Parts: sequence; C-alpha cells; structure tokens
Amino acid sequence: MASTAAQCQLDSVSGMTLDNILQFPEGHRILSCIQCGVCAGTCPYGDVMEYPPRKIIAMLRAGMVEKVFHSESLLNCVACYACMTKCPRDIRLTDILLPLMKEQALMHLPELPAELQKALQNTLRYGNPMGESSRKRAAWVKNAPVPVPIMNEIRRPVDVLWFVECYTSYYPRGQDTARATARLLHAIGADFAILGNEEKCAGECGRLTWEPGLFETLTDYNMAVFQKYQFNRMVASCPHSYNAFQRRYIPLGFTWPVDPVMAYLAYQIEKLKPLLTRKLNYKVTYHDSCCLGRFNDLYDEPRALLKAIPGVKLVEMVHNRMNSICCGGGGGGMWLDTYFKAKGHERLSERRVKEAVATGADVLAVSCPYEVSRFEDALKVLGFDKKMVVRDVTELLDEALEEQP
Amino acid sequence: MNIVALLRVVPDVVEELEIAPDGKALDSEFLRLVISETDDHALEQAVLLKERLGGTVTALAIDAPEIDETLYGALARGADRAVKTGDAEMNLSARAAALSFAAAIRDLGPVDLIVTGAQAIGDLDGLVAPMVAYYLGMPYLGTVTGVAPGASGKSATVIREFPGGVRGEFDVPLPAVLGIQAAEKPPRYVPVAKVRAAMKSQSIATCGVATAAESGPPVVEVLSMAKPEPSGHAQMLEGDPDVLAARICELMGARGLL
Repeated sequence: MASTAAQCQLDSVSGMTLDNILQFPEGHRILSCIQCGVCAGTCPYGDVMEYPPRKIIAMLRAGMVEKVFHSESLLNCVACYACMTKCPRDIRLTDILLPLMKEQALMHLPELPAELQKALQNTLRYGNPMGESSRKRAAWVKNAPVPVPIMNEIRRPVDVLWFVECYTSYYPRGQDTARATARLLHAIGADFAILGNEEKCAGECGRLTWEPGLFETLTDYNMAVFQKYQFNRMVASCPHSYNAFQRRYIPLGFTWPVDPVMAYLAYQIEKLKPLLTRKLNYKVTYHDSCCLGRFNDLYDEPRALLKAIPGVKLVEMVHNRMNSICCGGGGGGMWLDTYFKAKGHERLSERRVKEAVATGADVLAVSCPYEVSRFEDALKVLGFDKKMVVRDVTELLDEALEEQP
Repeated sequence: MNIVALLRVVPDVVEELEIAPDGKALDSEFLRLVISETDDHALEQAVLLKERLGGTVTALAIDAPEIDETLYGALARGADRAVKTGDAEMNLSARAAALSFAAAIRDLGPVDLIVTGAQAIGDLDGLVAPMVAYYLGMPYLGTVTGVAPGASGKSATVIREFPGGVRGEFDVPLPAVLGIQAAEKPPRYVPVAKVRAAMKSQSIATCGVATAAESGPPVVEVLSMAKPEPSGHAQMLEGDPDVLAARICELMGARGLL
C-alpha cells in the first residue's frame, strides 16, 4: 500500500468516531464492503475471532455493533495490516475502523488482560511499556562503541535526529541494535543525535491498542520536545514509531522528513557498501515487519542491505513480502502473550519461526525491535535455538563493517 | 453507603532511591512519588462496593507532588468527589497523616465506611489506618481482603487474611475503618481519555488541613538512613558438569549443608 501524501492526510482524519464514521469519505467506504471475507481469511487470528473484520462491518451496517464491544474478539487483532492490504474495496480496517472499535471495546471490557493494562499504565507514567525509569532511557549510550550525542547536551542543530524508541533503548538485545545502528550512522558520516532521557514512546501502539488518550498524551509531549530542537530529518529505529510519525503526527504539525533506519541506510548504500568488507558466510532469511512492509511498501530496502553484505545468501520464507505473517507483537499483541497462551491460541511468532527454520537458513534477519525477543523466545520454545539465531539487519551490517573498535 | 478512601503516595521504587546529604531521609531531587499500591486497592474496593450497593465514594488524599493526577484518576475510576488535605511540604509522619485524615473526614459529613491500605512501603507497621480509627472513635480491622456490608447498612462482614493461608470472618459495626490488603479484583484500567475528561469537568477540593502545631512535635526521630550494604556475592562456577558437580558437593559439604 503506497504511502502518498494524500493518503497521509486521509489517515489524519481526526474527529472520526463510530457515530459519525459515515460522514467521512474513508468511513463511508464501509458501505461498499462486498462481504467477500478476504479480511477474515487473511487475518492471522481470523479463525479464533468470534467477530472477524467481515462480521464487524456487517454488524456495524446493521446497527448491531454493541455485541462486538462486549466480546474479546478485538483483543486478537495484532494490527498487521493484512486485512486492509488485501481488501478489494480499500476499506481502512487496520488504521481507522478497527482502532475505533478497539477504543469502544476498552471502555466496555470488564477487565483488560493484566499484562496489557500494565504496559499501558507504564507507557503513561514512564514513557515506555516495560516500566523502566525514564531517567535510564539513554543508559545504553555508556556502552556504545562510538560517541552518541544527546540533543540537550550538545546544544546545536544536527542533520539527523535519531528516534531510538523503547525496546531499542531498554531491552538488552534491543540495545545491541542501538549500538549497531550508532556505529553504522557514524561509519557513513551522519551528523546525528538522540533525545536521550527526554524521549518517550511515540505511541503508535497506544493509538492502535485501544488508547487514544494515551496516544494524545504522548504526542503532546513528544511534539513539544521536537520543537525545542533544530534538525533536518528524523530516523526511527522502530517501524512502529516511523508509522506514528509518518501517519499520525503530521496533522499535529510534524513537518520533518522521516525514514526508518532500514530505509535511511538503504538510500546511502553506495556509501555503506565499500565499508562492508568482512565476509559473513550466513544463509539469511528476512522477516518483513508489518509496519515497514505491508503498510509502507518497504520490502526491497532491507533486502538490498542484506545483499550488500559479502557472503550473505538470502533465502525467502513461504510467506514473504505482502504475505508475511505478523510476529504477533503489533496492536498490543506484545503484551498479550499470556492471554493468547491461556486461550490456547498458537503464538504467531512460533508459526513464523517454523517457516523460517524450514528455509534452512541459519539467521533470521529482522527490522523491528519487537521481533528480536519474540522470535528468540519462539526459537527456544520450539527447540530451534541451536539451529537459528535472530539478528537485526543493522547487527549484521555492523558485523560486516571492517574495523571493529 | 458513603465510603471514603484514604490515599497516600510513597516513593516510586522504579526510580533509584538516593539518601539525602543529611543522611536522614531520601533525596527528594530525583524522587518520584506514586500512589501506594494497597491504597489503590482500597480505592478499587470502594468503587466496587459503590457499583454494587450505590452511594458515594470520596477519594481523600494527603497533598503531595503529582497528587492531582492520582485524584483525577480516582474520579475517572468512579469516585464522586476528590479532596486533598495536609501540607505537601510537611513530609507527614504516620501520626500527622492520620490527624489530617481524621480532621478532613469530620469536615466531609456523614460517612459509613473508611478504607485505606493496610500497609504502605513507607509505613510497613500499618499505623495510619488504626490511628485514623482511634482519632475518630471507630472500630478498625486490618489486612482485609473482602467486605460485604449488611442489608441494614449498620454492620459489615469482613474477611481478614492471616499468616499461613488462614482467613477469618468478622462482623463489624459501621462506621468503621478498614485496612485493605487487596481488593476483590485488581485495580481496573482507567482510560487516559476518561482522566482527561475528569480534569476538564471536575475539580479537587481542599479541607481539614491539620497544621504542624496541631500534630505536635514528631514522636519518633530518624537518626540515620542508609542503603543496605551487600554482605556477600554469588560465586559463579564454570567448567565441565562432572567436575562442577563434585565441586558443588564439596562446597555444600564444607558449609554443613549435606
């Protein structure tokens, strides 16, 4: 699904609620639904939902939608954009209709799963879902292999503001990605800095996970921080935050060009390629993250980066590119593993890892910070952790850089 | 049934705690405060009772930095009014907090039930609730995990938890003060939009501020406060499993554990 400026504006439809949804062109489109059921069929959890997207639209049109709010169906939506990408009527399910439904469900559900509730509360209080101190967000910088300037310390304009995000800042394996990214940015001579402890979650999952109020709190905060500093562009480690800036922040006055790290590096591949001199004899399969792939058409950029590494042999999984299977972390799924398990649902990360192992690859390359922990856990649960390792694309690029400090 | 939930904040242990230069208190520079977990449960229990039996819930908090957020959160959760008392600057002792609560409760009008946390990380002795009961001349029950007011509204059946998994059922005349150990259900999620709506449409009252003079000089003085000193470290053993197993047996034997 191409991301044109016009579509960005459509995404920004603010003030759309379920009550007035038909008043907006994007909402009006639900009337054109032909009930073909492709959405339910392509949904990775479509088989366990009492009300999959097709039924939701039918019930919305029949004025019977209250039932949906009182069911747990929407807890299974991992915001993977599969239904929306394949809808023959271009109905904006993942980014407009389902979030509006989820907001209502949150108000009506008697109890939120504890893990999800904690993640939302933590994000509000500490700016990250894991509930770590906001004052330790930039702690990883101390062990970074290259200097990582922080905006409020350097007090000068920079070319690139690098938005590191939560998992990359706090989660130990995410910090590996942060350090690799820092070294790559340094190697290509980027003039970059981060926000350090001033950064808070961009809120994409807040918006797509039931909580518009939380999202507003985070966007108000982050916009005020961005406006304090001068920078030409933003580069985002987390595809979810890229998604938020690219789509949801624009109507709030976000004017900077923004790229995910994958795309930013891919656009400078000519600069990067001569530096990738260490041969890595890996057979690699790449998992398309939902936000980069299906939602933003960034399928080729991460693959181009992997192909630029000497010795890397790239193989594809059965489901790839637009048909990629979600890792299960989006739309709040990151904090619903216990819930899914209790319901007896297969974890999507496990479904995906089986496909990855079947390719015979020894490295599963990823581009979203959620995926590292999800796939590493899945490999361990299925007993494949000796066969395959999970590496962010930036980690592989970093390993291929000639001089290791 | 009119219920008052007493709320206090405690240091947020997510942030690293530092000792102030005088060695007698926590350094307030990096200190963040958060609602005491058991007080949060008390508020939840109050709202659950109101939903079941009708009546009103008043959230009454000792003033502190960021307390307004907590009180608006209580309103969004279902409390009918939010009141703060005490002096944010005073760093109240348990006795002064209890005096402030008691003074405020007298101002609030008729009350049937007062709930608060049985303990707090800053009050492990759990002194506040019984002292409030003493100042108001009401009965007190602590470590409560269940409350069922009787049909007449004159008494309540209360479940208390004891060590070793033992539970006791008590009948208590109302009004009474209960120290809540845990609500029937974990505190619910309050959507941020609801908190924001409460901020716009509702307000926080102030009442019954007990002055420093009223609460008198502190009865207990902090002489010094220090972080625990590590007394030992784990020893990591590495190598061949068979050799390690023998080594572990040897070490445990030397300590008289085998």
